[in-house]
Amino acid sequence: MKYEDYLSTTVKEIKPSGIRKFFDLANTVEGVISLGVGEPDFDTPWAIREAAIYSIQQGKTFYTANQGLLELRKEISAYAKRRFNLDYDPQKNIIVTVGGSEAIDICLRAIINPGDEVITMSPGYVAYEPGIRLAKATPVIIELKEENTFKLTKEALEKAITNKTKAVLLNYPNNPTGGVMTYEDYKELIPLIKKHNLLVISDEIYAELTYDTKFCSLASFEEIKDQVIIINGFSKAFAMTGWRLGYTLANEVITQAMNKIHQYVIMSAPTAAQYGAIEGLRSCDHRVDEMRDAYFLRRNYIVNGFNNLGLTTFLPQGAFYVFPCIRSTGLTSEEFCSELVTQQKVACVPGTAFGEAGEGFIRVSYAYSIEEIKEALERIKIFLQDLHHKK
Amino acid sequence: MKQKHLLTLLERNARLSVTDLAAALNESEDNILETMNELQKEKIICGYHTLINWDKTSTERVMAFIELNISPEREYGYDRIAKAIYQFEEVDTMYLLSGSKDFIIFINGKTMQEIAKFVGSKLACINEVTGTATSFVLKTYKVDGVIYEDHKDEDERLIIT
Repeated sequence: MKYEDYLSTTVKEIKPSGIRKFFDLANTVEGVISLGVGEPDFDTPWAIREAAIYSIQQGKTFYTANQGLLELRKEISAYAKRRFNLDYDPQKNIIVTVGGSEAIDICLRAIINPGDEVITMSPGYVAYEPGIRLAKATPVIIELKEENTFKLTKEALEKAITNKTKAVLLNYPNNPTGGVMTYEDYKELIPLIKKHNLLVISDEIYAELTYDTKFCSLASFEEIKDQVIIINGFSKAFAMTGWRLGYTLANEVITQAMNKIHQYVIMSAPTAAQYGAIEGLRSCDHRVDEMRDAYFLRRNYIVNGFNNLGLTTFLPQGAFYVFPCIRSTGLTSEEFCSELVTQQKVACVPGTAFGEAGEGFIRVSYAYSIEEIKEALERIKIFLQDLHHKK
Repeated sequence: MKQKHLLTLLERNARLSVTDLAAALNESEDNILETMNELQKEKIICGYHTLINWDKTSTERVMAFIELNISPEREYGYDRIAKAIYQFEEVDTMYLLSGSKDFIIFINGKTMQEIAKFVGSKLACINEVTGTATSFVLKTYKVDGVIYEDHKDEDERLIIT
């Protein structure tokens, strides 16, 4: 049998993740220093791990309510109020999901009809475009520009809107650029969102990680709050990537629709992880702050480092990535990253893994100690000197 | 510059160069040096020590915690007696406590006998000291936030995600 013929056309048309492709290459090189990860280097705070272990010891190993433990939803509700001044009801507006990834999927599937268009951004997180396609919508890509520090402008959004536009999928603070939208930046977009009755899926997974500017949630604009579906989770802020725990905050109608999908395909998020998260929300705010402070210092360090090497890097205001421009080397993003990893054993991700607009850039993570970043920067310096000599 | 950021960086790794500190704090090297000098003068930075797990060396070394009860002095309270105790080179660390004990001191010595001798002939003989309780350290697990035993530094993360 030719099994290829049995596959879904949509799945066949989806390109494999550019991150995955580069992972396969980098993984063959021994002694690599990686600046390629998209997860914190901190261990999950022990209080969280201990609470999860205790829940298992107590035999709390059954399914939870589909939407997640009510106790956890109450804590999420309190946390959203405390940290971002957002009001969401634990019963009506919150679903605990298997990571932000599931949240994006159920959200897209809950709102899309075939033929709908969903606007998203390039460079952007690798899962958005495939997610939109899997939900049978047509992605409409807005190319973000470095000169705007990768913010979404009113003009760019307006151009992308058609009468088929159902939703906009945004992600600030942004992976891979580290760009952030402030209150003033978002304010410009609100009239458009309102006028065209657009839904906005706002992936705010890096909400806790902004530096010189204060984080602003799109849902803090009361006039469009019900049009916004917030995706958030525990992975980045609480260093809990492997626990796979996220959540959605949305109006009651959309929450019910998403929960319909969630209850059939997932049942409920892992129980031990939910107990861990309850403890995290109750007692770990200060650990979140400590980690943010550490990222802040590393961000300064690495941005200064790249600029000193002659690779122009704007000072990102959020997440834990920098997005240096490598055009001055004459190499493409892929060439730069493959040569860097084979010659100097430093792994970064080509900007093109995040869409065509990433050409000319590389994504560098600073979820590493300053000592590791220093060593990597020294190797990149040698790499650039060698390149220069060859010219 | 936030003083706290500089102190946190140095507390974690006192060997970071001024250049590295300047880059992490977005400040000039001169400014970093000046601030560090001021912090030293103000005794906010009191030293740049190295954490050593002596158990792993061949050096003979014993550590003890000694809890002390004393009768405080009129006018001076605890401080003058504290001074009489912490002046001894043998005393590594000393705190004043709330609760049933007054002081706790950490002492390093070559042998248990040496420490016992110090307690018997020096500490216990101070007039105001009314009682001592000595506990010897059997094993060090964690000091100043650093885990000494069975701690792997390997990065468990996938190299690219």
